[in-house]
Amino acid sequence: MNTSAAVRMSGIRKSFGDVEVLKGVDLEVHRGEVHALLGGNGAGKSTLMKILRGVHRPDAGSVELDGVAVDLRSPADATAGGVGMVFQEFSLVPSLTVAQNMHLGREHRTRGLLDDRRMRRDSAEVLDRMGVELDPRAVVGDLPVGYRQLVEIAKALSHQARILVLDEPTASLPYSEVERLFALVQRLAAQNIAVIYISHRMAEITRVADRMSVIRDGRRVLCDDVAAVSPERVAEAIVGREILHLAEAPTREPVPTDTPTVLSVRDLRAGSRVQAVSFDLARGEILGLAGLIGSGRTELAHCLFGVDRPDRGTMALDGRAYRPAAPGDAIAAGVMLLPESRAQQGLVLEHTIGQNMLLPSLRRLGRGPLVDDERGRALCDDLVARLQIRGATGRIPVSRLSGGNQQKVALAKWLALRDTGLSPRVLILDEPTAGVDIATKTDIMHLVRELADTGTGVVLISSELEELLAVADRVLVLRSGCVTADLARSDIPDEESLQLAIQGA
Amino acid sequence: MTLQHETTAPTDAPQPRRPPRLDWRDHAIYIGFVVVFLLFAVTLGDDGFLTGSNLLNIVRQTAVIAVMAVAGTLVIAAAQIDLSIGSVAGLSSVVTAMTLSATGNLLVGVLAGVGVGLLVGVINGGLVAYARIPSFLVTLAMLGIAGGVAQWISGFQPIPILDRTFTMIFGSGDFGPIPSLLLWAVVVVAIGVVVMNKTAFGRQILATGGNPVAATFSGVRVQRITFAVLVISSVVAAIAGMLYAGRLQSGRFQWGTGDELSVIAAVVLGGTSLFGGTGRVLGSVVGALFVGLINNGLILAGLDVSQQIIIQGVIIIIAVALTRKR
Ligand SMILES: Nc1ncnc2c1ncn2[C@@H]1O[C@H](COP(=O)(O)OP(=O)(O)OP(=O)(O)O)[C@@H](O)[C@H]1O
Ligand SMILES: [Mg+2]
Repeated sequence: MNTSAAVRMSGIRKSFGDVEVLKGVDLEVHRGEVHALLGGNGAGKSTLMKILRGVHRPDAGSVELDGVAVDLRSPADATAGGVGMVFQEFSLVPSLTVAQNMHLGREHRTRGLLDDRRMRRDSAEVLDRMGVELDPRAVVGDLPVGYRQLVEIAKALSHQARILVLDEPTASLPYSEVERLFALVQRLAAQNIAVIYISHRMAEITRVADRMSVIRDGRRVLCDDVAAVSPERVAEAIVGREILHLAEAPTREPVPTDTPTVLSVRDLRAGSRVQAVSFDLARGEILGLAGLIGSGRTELAHCLFGVDRPDRGTMALDGRAYRPAAPGDAIAAGVMLLPESRAQQGLVLEHTIGQNMLLPSLRRLGRGPLVDDERGRALCDDLVARLQIRGATGRIPVSRLSGGNQQKVALAKWLALRDTGLSPRVLILDEPTAGVDIATKTDIMHLVRELADTGTGVVLISSELEELLAVADRVLVLRSGCVTADLARSDIPDEESLQLAIQGA
Repeated sequence: MTLQHETTAPTDAPQPRRPPRLDWRDHAIYIGFVVVFLLFAVTLGDDGFLTGSNLLNIVRQTAVIAVMAVAGTLVIAAAQIDLSIGSVAGLSSVVTAMTLSATGNLLVGVLAGVGVGLLVGVINGGLVAYARIPSFLVTLAMLGIAGGVAQWISGFQPIPILDRTFTMIFGSGDFGPIPSLLLWAVVVVAIGVVVMNKTAFGRQILATGGNPVAATFSGVRVQRITFAVLVISSVVAAIAGMLYAGRLQSGRFQWGTGDELSVIAAVVLGGTSLFGGTGRVLGSVVGALFVGLINNGLILAGLDVSQQIIIQGVIIIIAVALTRKR
């Protein structure tokens, strides 16, 4: 294209230790364009964007902003160049207000004192430009998740950013908030801002993006108008081979009605979020839990897993009373949970892949009190290969893995436990594919089916309706802590009808 | 398992497994130890630093700290802190000495000493793990309480220990050519290394210190681990108190005073993060030797105890600053 590109990155190379992540990547993004940046987990998308944001320094290659070569030595340089970014991980301070967060590290001062009024005014201006109604004095920790994401964007925009990078903005966003985000992205593009948009959800790309680039094996393998390429070709470019699409997977036989019940829940109440929940889960059944944010799905999962204790109601596992006082009890009984937040609940970020993966299995590894490390290592290597966990070199902490690969490690904990002889009776998955690439998403869903085929009852919490419809045998809809619908898969014709059930129309 | 795809793309080729890169910060204590040792050997050689008896002296003085530093490593790895160990050592020395003189029974004396540690540990652990009061506060209060009780019941007086068997076993005697103090240290360190590195308990301590929420969600009984770690710390401190009592042939509230500082210094110098999640028992032992080495060198150089304490404080700050990553 011509020289007026807002961003032109050429020949970018970057290695971490011995591993070369980017091997000469080019990227051009124009003003007013929404550019999708795609690639598998660990492809280097976040790394490339962190280079643009001045967080990492490239080993080779050049960056031009509006046709001017720049040397981005620090985030401050990138800010001065007009680059704003919303990182994959949340970066707000919950105890501060919206305005304070937006000005963190670059507070306005008058005579050495903070000029709160000016910061509030600036913040209000940016929020207004975004078309978001939000009080700059609101404390971030009190806001719903969807709003926090908007504050992140406002923060990234709050210093005349002309280039905005969004790294998987929808991965932690409830379904109902996604539309609002799309509208905002389009509004910003109309204001001549160049938007770089990272996501693993193909449907979103066709909705918001004008152009796209795909990175694989450290190189750009595809760059085109979104309208010009088919989703299949994009998927192939990302994965490097054809993949079996979820929806095309053969439909499962519904579990026979005389299948024994593995988990039965009666009139469960816990706090204000779980009101009166009853259901039965059959052996080998995949039960989807649908609902809006705040509908009590995660809280229900926490009761089943012994994190929270129900105030009332009963649970039975294989017909015997089941009252876990802690996750340790639940696990011993064969109930396992892949939690919603991998960084806070799923992983010890500073520990290695092996340490994390084997944590639940330690007492089963080896004889007596000593852990059999030989066996542990073999188990871990096997799972790394089976789940294709990328970036697992040496003893690096899982915090250095890409988001999707971290999720695989969190899931692998329960597979390791199964390999040591404790098979899950009930496996609860809370948004298991958040931030996971298409190939892995399909892999995880196949794995879920496989577990179900061996008799494990699966409870699948997901905000991606496509995913629910592809694998669930039955879907429970939760609203305000109550079950409002119990639908067999065959009773749900399409996504829209499920969406209607969720919204309660 | 259907997850394994036919590997076609080079993407899927396993990345070569290389040995982890050496991070000098992980080995700073060993480098520092050698450097300071050589420094003293050159500058203090004429003051008798290199004599066999002086070196043995360093080991003797360090042994008790090393014993406590093993337990201290577990505590800090679990992201807790135990400030009461010095006082507990003093109290245990007093109680053991009083029980020995009252009953004349070695076993009862030893059990009384260990019992002190157990009691304090259960209180510390209970308050921290189950009442969820920060260990910093609980053990700071216990530092005062245990110290006060030791002063009170002993009336500020040293209590002589006349039981030869006790003093022989606990620090005065030799087993063959090996001083019993050294033997104690070696045994405790060996147990500590195995517990930290080879047992499920040790790894659960690390997970608890690294991220208690994720540890809980992985089935680790975080409260039990925290409780156990604080009990172990107190019991080991009580044993350390008996080692003081045996070596100095008396029980006295002052034995162990200020040891918490030396232990924290040793553990942090040894490469264990104060924020929890890592634990290097052997590093702590070298850290203890390092602290002992410096104290010894300073004495030979003519500095007094107050100056030693100042230097110890400075060393902790430097060590934390140097070994902090990023
Ligand atoms: N600081 C680091 N040190 C070592 N390796 C790193 C570091 N940051 C990233 N990596 C490695 O670089 C590779 C690319 O990571 P990156 O986060 O850019 O992937 P990504 O494309 O954003 O993936 P995802 O979609 O899962 O977020 C990964 O294999 C990761 O392990
Ligand atoms: Mg990423």
